[in-house]
Amino acid sequence: MIAEQTTTGLLDVELIRKQFPILHQHVNGNPLIYLDNAATSQKPLAVIDAIDDYYERYNSNIHRGAHHLAQLATEAYENARKTVAQHINAEEREINFVRGTTEAVNLVASSYGRKFVGAGDEIIISGLEHHSNIVPWQMLCEEKGAVLKVIPVNEAGEIIFESYLKLLSPKTKIVSIAYISNALGTINPAKEVIAEAHKVGAVVFIDGAQALPHKKVDVKELDCDFLGFSGHKVFASTGIGILYGKAALLEQMPPYMGGGEMIKTVTFEKTTYNELPYKFEAGTPNIEGGIALGAAINFISEIGLHKIEQYEHQLLKYGTEKLLEIEELKIVGTSANKSSVLSFLVKDIHPYDLGVLLNEQGIAIRTGHHCCQPLMDRFGIEGTCRASLAFYNTHHEIDSLAKAIKKAVTILK
Amino acid sequence: MTKPISETEDEIVEEFGLFDDQMDKYEYIIDLGKKLNPLDARYMTDDYLVKGCQSKVWLHAYKDGDLVFFEADSNSSITKGIIAILIRVLSGQPAKEIINNPLAFIDRINLRSHLSSQRSNGLTAMIQRIKTYAGAFTE
Ligand SMILES: Cc1ncc(COP(=O)(O)O)c(C=O)c1O
Repeated sequence: MIAEQTTTGLLDVELIRKQFPILHQHVNGNPLIYLDNAATSQKPLAVIDAIDDYYERYNSNIHRGAHHLAQLATEAYENARKTVAQHINAEEREINFVRGTTEAVNLVASSYGRKFVGAGDEIIISGLEHHSNIVPWQMLCEEKGAVLKVIPVNEAGEIIFESYLKLLSPKTKIVSIAYISNALGTINPAKEVIAEAHKVGAVVFIDGAQALPHKKVDVKELDCDFLGFSGHKVFASTGIGILYGKAALLEQMPPYMGGGEMIKTVTFEKTTYNELPYKFEAGTPNIEGGIALGAAINFISEIGLHKIEQYEHQLLKYGTEKLLEIEELKIVGTSANKSSVLSFLVKDIHPYDLGVLLNEQGIAIRTGHHCCQPLMDRFGIEGTCRASLAFYNTHHEIDSLAKAIKKAVTILK
Repeated sequence: MTKPISETEDEIVEEFGLFDDQMDKYEYIIDLGKKLNPLDARYMTDDYLVKGCQSKVWLHAYKDGDLVFFEADSNSSITKGIIAILIRVLSGQPAKEIINNPLAFIDRINLRSHLSSQRSNGLTAMIQRIKTYAGAFTE
């Protein structure tokens, strides 16, 4: 592969792939090519081992027992929180463990939203959003009599910034947008969106689900008020995620769920709540998940997110060129500012058919609306085929993808 | 004389037996779809959509004498091939036969094992709709 040589020095992909046992298998008689990373990522040995180690050596409930195992577990869990905090340049008390991005959005909508949004207020989202970053706001608007405004999207799959500026007003209380679109890969100008929202006094939630696996995210540099992301998309397990919030905002917010861990004292007359971050962490958390997330972040940090970003950019460029060589193939989402997502359609071919025939050739992609029905409506389509790349994917795999699409198209046409 | 359902089933099982390669099987299914008689555009409306399929499937039935006939189309080539197989087996049969036939060939050619769970549900929905149509014609 000529293309592979241009990337040596950037990442040793073969070495990286050795860290992901799941990649080394055959599916339907072909080597597995996993290109569904935007749905969920695969797990490196560092993560798998961290989970094993937790259960084999120190499984215990945290923050409670004074015994040895409880101390080890608490320490590991809190270390993971510290790792996440450092990674995104936040304070530890600003890092709340949640189940994932969906819960992060719901937490902010329920707690911050219920307290600070009233009748006639406005919430702005964009036309690119995942259903998780639409529905909780709709629910809040319905409950409060607030209004949901949507930033329109252009043909390239980018938010139209001028339209955003026009939507902003003193009525705007919350702006919530994805840093990176899961369906198209568009990277939104998050920093500019945030700066403009702040001018009218609104707070901003950044859906970082697709950003954290691909680029360095610094909450101070962005100046976002909230950031949510999912562990399973950044090479850790399912059922764990992070809600970052500025401490000053989290302090003002009522708890989201009641229970153990989140309290200081409980009497039947009055309960006082625990301090941050425990205020939002009711009940026994996903301890192994937290530890796995810490391990995953250490893993990608050691490789280096700048290198990952550059490498994936090369892959994206190569993939775009390769796919466009295929007759009647159209890429949906053509922003110059994109992460490694190739959403595409072949004329007169149902995405699902293509997905099935790629699967027969060992290639995992996603087909459908990608939980972005309003965005699909915007393009007048029902769905796309989406190949979403991670840093363990190779140029060779892209070649195989292109070849497999061609083969499928010959059969389908 | 209408050909008995079991005879068409045997033919299909034999045809599928010719392929070892799954891709070839799909190619064959897709080709069957391509050969399906076109469905009149007036039936390609929501009223004729089979609910429960990920892709769109329009199904129309009519009665001629004692026999029930089916016509269909789909925006997915694979689905169209699958419905073409069902039509080949069931179209032109007496309503009672259609309702009571267990369609054993589906398991004999292992059709479901190659479909995703959504597609498999879609297949069930198509069969259900065919049987409902046939049922309506027995009244
Ligand atoms: C942009 C975006 N937001 C939110 C989510 C929801 O994440 P989760 O299901 O992990 O809560 C996803 C996952 O697909 C996503 O891609």
